[in-house]
Amino acid sequence: MNGFFAILRRDLSLALRQGADSVMVVAFFIVTTTLFPFGVGPEANILARIASGVIWVSALLAAMLSLERVFQTDYEDGTLELLTLSPVSLELLVLGKVLAHWLTTGLPLIIAAPLMALMLNMDQDGFITLMVAMLLGTPALSLIGAIGAALILGARRGGVLVSLLVLPLYIPVLIFGAGAVEAALLGISATAQLQIMAAILLIALAATPFATANAVRQAME
Amino acid sequence: MHRFAKPSVFLKLTDPILPWLAGATAILIAAGLYFALFASPIDYQQGDTVRIMYLHVPAAWMGLFCYVGMAICGAMSLIWKHPLADICARATAPIGATFTALCLITGSLWGEPMWGTWWVWDARLTSMLILLFLYLGYIALVNAFDDPERGSKAGSALALVGAINVPIVKFSVDWWNTLHQPASIVRMDGPAVDPSMQLPLALMILGFTSYYFVVLILRVRLELNERRIRALQLSGMFDERPDHKDAGSRNYEAGHNMEANQ
Amino acid sequence: MADFSGSDLTCLRGERLVFGGLSFAAKSGDAVMLRGRNGAGKSSLLRVMAGLLSPRSGQVCWDGESIADDRIAHHARLHYLGHPDAVKPVLSVRDNLRLWGQLRGVQNIEHEIDAALDVLDIHHLARVSGRYLSSGQKRRTALARILMGQSDLWLLDEPTVGLDRESCGEVSRMIADFRARGGIVIYSTHIDLEVDNPTVLDLDEFAIPMVEWLLEHPELDGTSPVSTQEAAQ
Repeated sequence: MNGFFAILRRDLSLALRQGADSVMVVAFFIVTTTLFPFGVGPEANILARIASGVIWVSALLAAMLSLERVFQTDYEDGTLELLTLSPVSLELLVLGKVLAHWLTTGLPLIIAAPLMALMLNMDQDGFITLMVAMLLGTPALSLIGAIGAALILGARRGGVLVSLLVLPLYIPVLIFGAGAVEAALLGISATAQLQIMAAILLIALAATPFATANAVRQAME
Repeated sequence: MHRFAKPSVFLKLTDPILPWLAGATAILIAAGLYFALFASPIDYQQGDTVRIMYLHVPAAWMGLFCYVGMAICGAMSLIWKHPLADICARATAPIGATFTALCLITGSLWGEPMWGTWWVWDARLTSMLILLFLYLGYIALVNAFDDPERGSKAGSALALVGAINVPIVKFSVDWWNTLHQPASIVRMDGPAVDPSMQLPLALMILGFTSYYFVVLILRVRLELNERRIRALQLSGMFDERPDHKDAGSRNYEAGHNMEANQ
Repeated sequence: MADFSGSDLTCLRGERLVFGGLSFAAKSGDAVMLRGRNGAGKSSLLRVMAGLLSPRSGQVCWDGESIADDRIAHHARLHYLGHPDAVKPVLSVRDNLRLWGQLRGVQNIEHEIDAALDVLDIHHLARVSGRYLSSGQKRRTALARILMGQSDLWLLDEPTVGLDRESCGEVSRMIADFRARGGIVIYSTHIDLEVDNPTVLDLDEFAIPMVEWLLEHPELDGTSPVSTQEAAQ
């Protein structure tokens, strides 16, 4: 576990010192969400109706945009090679890096989401559910996205490619995340959706580190 | 397993099979088309448009079949690390993608007269669309590397991840669709299949499947030959400078013998 | 007495045959120098020895046990120095080194870092961020990393790139000390690094023309035009 915390601490302090990354993700999220009223018109009813979907899609895109840097810089400067060669299981290190990615991108998004929900005129009944759903959904996005980020190491046009690979895999999280909020807005219990999201998160937690570590090892060959 | 998977064994085994398979494909599809277009009854509701089904359903089947095949090849390549598994997965992807696209296009053509719309966000259509995205992602990934082997390996890992994800996607799309079921009179199940329609359908499905194997064999042979050419180029056989004449002629001998022995 | 050996190693990069039929052996205190023209596979061989790259055939053994059987144990005993320095620009030299110490589970990390920085004469840079280092200083930081913690095997890919003559002397001393403690050093270099009687492994000897190799090993290919049987017909 030492290795897990060591890499987590290092990635967090890197993110803190470079700083801009987390801010950029949140800024992207806010700007994207702001575009929708321009597209569909400022009418409050329509915005309230589409708010949960808009917030989820924007969060998905924001989380995806930051994926590339999970491994890319470490790959370029040779750090990833040494991580693969350290006497700690690579799966654990991958998990540490994904957790750092979530703490620096997913968590700020969860905090920014209610603000955007407010601006989109979403009913306040949905706020708690929205945040709980994002709390369950965004870690799954980071975990699944890490596979894509590891697969494209060394590829041409990696950034565009990762979105093509990862977005179809994000669909379940989107469906249940937006579904949970919608159920809450309709006054129905969202427990079923949230449970399924928790299940997706657990499956991702159990399976994706192996796939990601395997992809990283391949990239090192 | 390994003995069978040797490329030279593959070439030897497929050589005699190929013409028979190609013949069977032609006969099956010709017979299927005859029954589908002429010798089967028209639907009392849909009229002649029902005949689109004979392309649409087999194409959908092939879309799924190819993806499963790709995932199995991917698993074999990751477990046994045999290059032939990678080549098969790689050769399958464009075929599967084409069938999936064909399924979507015929579905859309069928939907227009039947449902009055080119596209509905029906659970099955949406799942097929996502499957097409998965194919495109695979193809893009496999071709994004300078080293083809690295591309194939990354692709195999992706195909496996995708295969695990497909049931989850299918489940969530079904859920989403029941939640948002539009109030429509559309019968999404399609027509109940009459026995007289089953024969052409079965023929077409068999024909498409054997067509897939023909194309797969051709594509794998092509890839093996391309590798052969690259290997010979790397060996310096095509070095045409005069001062390398000795090395060149020796290599030419080796190459010549290869040609002669095929 | 540790024993590090490899037998009948064949390495393909992409579809290019780098070397074939290569064997080597080293015992505690040995140094092996890899020599060969560009593209002869010096880096590839070091990566095979580290376990980053699996050879197409043959195996690498430590005390008679294949390194592929227990990767973690092999990683724990080796230090690998590749071409990139892996120095993060925003972290100080000390913070950069700390991560590697923590990953190896080194006790008393700060003390070890001090000792390593002293050996490479960069102690005054401990608090400086990576981005302000010259390329020679970055290389020395990377070299300090391989002094962290216990190890029995150093795999050094051109350790002296970007270093001046004096620093090269320090590297020679590091290697001599490590060998005196019973370590095995395997290194590739373009300039002569002063190392006491190293075993020389000339990779050019193991280069095999693609065609011949394909004809000899049809069972390994993926690229083979014809099997030997067919060729004999």
